Amino acid sequence: MTNNSNKEKTLGEVMRSRGVSRRSFLKFCAATASMMAMSPAMIPKIAHALESARRPSVIWLSFQECTGCTESLTRAHTATIESLIFDSISLDYHHTLQAASGHAAEEAREAAMNENWGKYILVVDGSIPTDNPGYSTIAGISNLDMFMQTAAGAAAIISVGTCAAYGGIPHADPNPTGAYSVYDVIKKFSNNQLDGISSATLAKAGEGSVVSKPIISVPGCPPIPVVITGVLTHFLTFGTIPELDHLGRPKAFYGQSIHDRCYRRPFYDKGLFAETFDDEGAKKGWCLYKLGCKGPTTYNACATTKWNDGTSFPIESGHPCLGCSEPDFWDGGGFYKALSMPTENITQTAIYTAAGAAAVGVALGAMNKSKKNNAVAAHNKTTIDDLEK
Amino acid sequence: MSEIEFLNWVRGPGFQIAIIIFVAGVIIRFAEILLLGRKPNLAEAKGSEMSSGLRTIITRSIPDKGTFQRSMFTVVAGYIFHLGLFITIFLFAPHILMFKDIFGFGWPSLPTPVVDAMAIVTIIALFAVLIHRMRNTVLKFISTKEDYIVWLVTILPLITGYIAFHRIGMTAPTLLAIHILSVELLLIMFPFTKLMHTFTIVMSRWYGGAISGYRGVKS
Repeated sequence: MTNNSNKEKTLGEVMRSRGVSRRSFLKFCAATASMMAMSPAMIPKIAHALESARRPSVIWLSFQECTGCTESLTRAHTATIESLIFDSISLDYHHTLQAASGHAAEEAREAAMNENWGKYILVVDGSIPTDNPGYSTIAGISNLDMFMQTAAGAAAIISVGTCAAYGGIPHADPNPTGAYSVYDVIKKFSNNQLDGISSATLAKAGEGSVVSKPIISVPGCPPIPVVITGVLTHFLTFGTIPELDHLGRPKAFYGQSIHDRCYRRPFYDKGLFAETFDDEGAKKGWCLYKLGCKGPTTYNACATTKWNDGTSFPIESGHPCLGCSEPDFWDGGGFYKALSMPTENITQTAIYTAAGAAAVGVALGAMNKSKKNNAVAAHNKTTIDDLEK
Repeated sequence: MSEIEFLNWVRGPGFQIAIIIFVAGVIIRFAEILLLGRKPNLAEAKGSEMSSGLRTIITRSIPDKGTFQRSMFTVVAGYIFHLGLFITIFLFAPHILMFKDIFGFGWPSLPTPVVDAMAIVTIIALFAVLIHRMRNTVLKFISTKEDYIVWLVTILPLITGYIAFHRIGMTAPTLLAIHILSVELLLIMFPFTKLMHTFTIVMSRWYGGAISGYRGVKS
């Protein structure tokens, strides 16, 4: 984890000590400003803020997750400035990356919390089980308790990955652990819908007014590394959180859909689609809509920032977008079902309905017929006598 | 409910509900019509029912000179929007995928820009027939609430589909979900309104022709 002597250094000092040139640093600042749709006049401000920023304390909690988010964020191919910023934050606690475990690690977390109360950034990856506290514990502390206690003293919470942002795979139907996202857990807390939370945690959460903490969601399975550094840069530069959309995602990165920025979009507009993964259309790079691409309903920066050092993104390598940065993408009826296809078995529904309806129709017809026959049978012919009455 | 949950609902349970009402409604209505029965015709047949019936299906679909001259607007606008509906519903690639998922087979699609243009033409034609209905004294007099409701549920999927395709105003999942929901509304209304003519038109035209054929007169 963090070296204490490094803790007092500014980010600029840390970067210089790692041999990052002024030119590449400014290039990073320019790229960040442009990515976050800021004016070029902001570049010197970003550079100054980053250079002089004391390294913020970051506590990283991993709950019901697969470690893919941490893998994504820590595996830069080259020593980029993004990764240096990530390396240079005072990552005071990270379940996966720290060597210590058990009570010693928890003491470190509590020490970091007390030292920076109200100022640290809480990063969460993984969803939080709410059904039974025993489903997921760390050093005997339930995920729910640990989250609420740590969130109480945070300046802001960053939900990294789809599990923390929306519940992700653990939240997928039938959600056996009662898993919820960071946002939903806090919402449930404010509505008094959380059971299994200790009284000590309740007191701490109330004291730290957890309900009013700003939450930034950085969804994706996993999320793009540059998005998290972009969010951190914004926080370090302005001391505020970036502009968010209705799902709490930074608009700078999640403002446009994959479909709108996809280089295969012209093929969609022309109606040229790959029908299978190995047909002529696929070889010619046509649109993957028919193969289940969720790009039209997915908001993320994959098509612009790309992955693996800007190499490509899933659609570029011939696979449809799964929609991993949208809520409940696991329950969307299958990755290879096109968006215009129903998610349920409509054929079966229609056949059963048709059979039932045919029976009802025949019965109604028979009833009508018998009604008619009865009416005919009950009909009395008019006689001469009747006319004389 | 998030927008993706809304989209998943209209693509799943919502669509199922609409299909159940649509299929059950159409079949029950057909069963009722067909099981009504006909009185045995004791008169001697003076011609073929079948050939006259089949011929009438075609001849009644082509306006005769007199009708065309009398109601040129109704015939032209009617043809345009019916053809436009057929193209936008059955020849748009994403729609064919939906049919393929249900029926197990698909068919070739038209280029997307052609369908896009047809959607606009259809919307304009539908507005034109509405204005005509409201301005023509006789048409206005014989129009019922149902006529306006049927017009609305027919044009809604076109408008919402056009907006969803061009992604105007709202986020893409919401627009798509609203479009699918409008189609579900159309499916639900279908068996209980004049929209049933989509299925009954062939049968009723055949029947009209068959009666004339039996009597040996021109239909």
